[in-house]
Amino acid sequence: MAELRITINGASYKALDGMTILDVCRREGIHIPTLCNHPDLQTRGICRICVVDVKGSKTLQAACSTPVEAGMVISTTTDRVRKSRKTIVELLLANHYTDCTVCPKNLNCELQSLANEFGLTDLRWKERRERTIPQDDSSPVFIRDNNKCVLCQRCVRACDEMQGVYAVANLFKGDSMIVGSAFNKPIGEVVCINCGQCVAHCPTGALSEKYCIEDIWKAIDDPKKVVVVQTAPAIRAALGEEFGYPAGTRVTGKMASALRTMGFDYVFDTQFAADLTIMEEGYELLGRLRSALTGGEAPALPMTTSCSPGWIKFQEHFFPELLPNVSTCKSPQQMFGAVVKSFWAGKMGIDPENIVCVSVMPCTAKKFESIRPEMARNGRPDVDYVLTTRELAVMIKQAGIDLHDMKNSTFDNPLGESTGAATIFAASGGVMEAALRTAYEVVTGREVPFKNLDISPVRGMDGVREASIKINGAQKDWSFLEGVELKVLVAHGTANAKKVMNAVREGTMAAHFIEIMTCPGGCLGGGGQPLPGTPEIRLARAKAIYEEDADSPLRKSHENPSVKKLYEDFLGAPNSHLAHELLHTHYTARGQY
Amino acid sequence: MARKIDVVFSDFQPGSALRAALGMTPTSVIELVTKSKLRGRGGAGFPTGLKWDAARSHRSDDKFIICNADEGEPGTFKDKNILEKQTAKVIEGMAIGAYAIGASKGFIYLRGEYKYLVKDLMKKIEELKSQNLIGKDICREKGFCFDVDIKLGSGSYVCGEETALIESLESKRGEPRNKPPYPAEAGYLGQPTVVNNVETLSFIPHILLNGAEWFQQFGTEKSTGSKLFSVSGDCRKPGIYEFEFGITIRELLKEIDADPDTKAVQIGGASGFCACSDDFDKPICFEGIPTGGSIIVFNKSRSMFMVLKNFVEFFQEESCGQCVPCREGCSRMLEGIEKFEQGRGSSKTINDLLELSTTMSLASKCGFGQSVPNSFRTIASKFKDEILSAGGGEVWRS
Repeated sequence: MAELRITINGASYKALDGMTILDVCRREGIHIPTLCNHPDLQTRGICRICVVDVKGSKTLQAACSTPVEAGMVISTTTDRVRKSRKTIVELLLANHYTDCTVCPKNLNCELQSLANEFGLTDLRWKERRERTIPQDDSSPVFIRDNNKCVLCQRCVRACDEMQGVYAVANLFKGDSMIVGSAFNKPIGEVVCINCGQCVAHCPTGALSEKYCIEDIWKAIDDPKKVVVVQTAPAIRAALGEEFGYPAGTRVTGKMASALRTMGFDYVFDTQFAADLTIMEEGYELLGRLRSALTGGEAPALPMTTSCSPGWIKFQEHFFPELLPNVSTCKSPQQMFGAVVKSFWAGKMGIDPENIVCVSVMPCTAKKFESIRPEMARNGRPDVDYVLTTRELAVMIKQAGIDLHDMKNSTFDNPLGESTGAATIFAASGGVMEAALRTAYEVVTGREVPFKNLDISPVRGMDGVREASIKINGAQKDWSFLEGVELKVLVAHGTANAKKVMNAVREGTMAAHFIEIMTCPGGCLGGGGQPLPGTPEIRLARAKAIYEEDADSPLRKSHENPSVKKLYEDFLGAPNSHLAHELLHTHYTARGQY
Repeated sequence: MARKIDVVFSDFQPGSALRAALGMTPTSVIELVTKSKLRGRGGAGFPTGLKWDAARSHRSDDKFIICNADEGEPGTFKDKNILEKQTAKVIEGMAIGAYAIGASKGFIYLRGEYKYLVKDLMKKIEELKSQNLIGKDICREKGFCFDVDIKLGSGSYVCGEETALIESLESKRGEPRNKPPYPAEAGYLGQPTVVNNVETLSFIPHILLNGAEWFQQFGTEKSTGSKLFSVSGDCRKPGIYEFEFGITIRELLKEIDADPDTKAVQIGGASGFCACSDDFDKPICFEGIPTGGSIIVFNKSRSMFMVLKNFVEFFQEESCGQCVPCREGCSRMLEGIEKFEQGRGSSKTINDLLELSTTMSLASKCGFGQSVPNSFRTIASKFKDEILSAGGGEVWRS
């Protein structure tokens, strides 16, 4: 790319051909307010709050969508820039239902910040917008309040570009324009995978998850109930952001203390179930490979992971004929609930009826997963309530706790014990890495041939990543794998998954095992994580996750003593009859219409 | 003294101009059009030769030329007539453009309401094909192929804006794109594309046949040639006229036999400018009062407040809705105007709306939002008392 020079506010800067004015300003620390712009999404240039003055141009230009040109002279502070930006904020507020103090986005709303930035003291254009459009609460996981929508189309783009679902689009035109679904149907009646990326990309309170905070307080306050909580791996690397810690701060120990202080009876860890998942899923994969390579019944290969409930629903809608390829393993959240209400309840002598299983997830789709009918036993759901990371932060604050004041503590045992392999479930590629660490060792009796167990080819943020590992020295039971090059593939974001699954459908996919995570970067970029979520923040969270793994005394799922004991005392062996009954599931072909 | 002339609807031998073009290199065709100083007749007045040259300079095997027949500006109806009566001329203009820029495919993007024209247009296309004036190896020129298809719009005003038109053509929502890149670089399906108005294209064959000097003898220095006008409102002789650019409003009013008590003329439709008697000696041309051709005459019996309100209602409904200044601005402008009707408007309201107008003109994403305030600004300044007294009571002067 050719280098060129431009002038901004009187100073000369280097720029590259293809950069936008906003790119250069960001790099140079020149503040430009933005709203419809998001680093995860393609540029639309529609809110116009980023307008700047370009010499020679009659009108103002949107910094986000205007490419730099050699010799361009830009001013970001002229009278007409200031006035136009301020008017735009006023226009947005005039058509915004403003109930900030009781809005879920209070103090974390980009429109509120803009109002503050421009020092607005009154609204010239309209006294006050009322709630004229009914809220759409038809989704099982989130609420759309179009009275607060600024039509930035970030949700539309996230759903389309990142997820390939396109559940929402612009409807109508002019002042009637709204964001909605095909034929203006409620979101609950169209194809939606509940991933919450729309919620995570909404700058205002137009989209928010459905809270279950009060139900949980009620359970905690009920002396008859034994309330257990499990926290997903991705929470510990992100919760701190809600309390002002920099992104990537690990708050595992503080979080455990906070949960205990809040009144949860047992503070467990979803990571225990993640290790368990690796055992079940690893053996399932090896079983499928055995069938395929020893001429048994032709199994569905490649096998895909099943941890990510957005991806599961995506598959059910878009690739129903490939559901046999999905691992039958429940997700760690659901395995955990099933173990708590069977094994642990028996061990503790507690009536499962009195156990309330709460999980804290970086995810909105987990809320839907927990209410799927197949995720219950004897009419009792495995998991009773699912909180997002953001909801947990609200609860901690409601309890008068400042995370900074918490001392480090550990999870309760036995369902709080885990390995580094479980921690990395939070990152895209992590399930694959954990599975390979175990599967390779089960087959060969030796550790995976990667330095420090770090299987770096499956790590990173590229949308689709491939790797392979050659099996040498397979033990007797696994001799059919001798010399086999095990091919694996990792994808995140269901738009990427769609490409991958199209290749599977067409029969051009070489991989044996595919990990798919619904959200960017994996669970650490989930729809329930603290806001904002940007590529930079996700990288910081991933770094924290891999550090936590590196610091763990145990880093292979099959070495988790509590998991081993669970098999010895209760389940028997991986993929046993009881394991199947408790830890595996089936799927529903849904189609798109 | 401006003259009434007859170019667009004059007789024409199909194929004659195309053969002349094929006798030249594509570059010299573009040079000729550039030299004629022909500017786009849709309203914006971009030099046609420059547009063609830009599309020519971008390499691609798939280039497109689109005839913009999404005639939607309130008060214009000339393109419909051209397409009805001079179909061959317009298509020949497209074919010449295709030859010049290196396109092999063209579309007529036809306003949805003009659906009834499709049958005749298709018939004409087939006829031209049988005469080897479109299709394969046109005029026996080996390798020059050009096909024309018709696509119907769905009733959105903003689809007359060329990038919104292209989006619509791609079966997407009709919303203007960010520019750059301009269509000449990345238009339909991301390929170099030229979008020309029906009237613009109808001049092309004449320029090929008669030369740039001939064309330049009409009009003014910066607005060469003639222009079609769609005339409606309070006059004896409404209809379609062709005048040289530079005609003054007064001259035009005389030609159309406007009411002697004419108080205002809306030039360029709802997005254009309102002229009052003080302006009547101004010329209509790009260096004077520009227009896409709509002329609406108002006599003393008309309420300029209602005229303005009608325009703004139109914009509020027709804004595509994507950008904030236009979508929200139109609604707030209409609310502000309605205040006067309710007797709640004041000079401050006008000033607030003028400030809003400035932001809309400066910060809107496309020409639509940028031109919405034109009518407000001109009507509110020239007929301020009518606006202030719209409620029927005393004129507010706070």
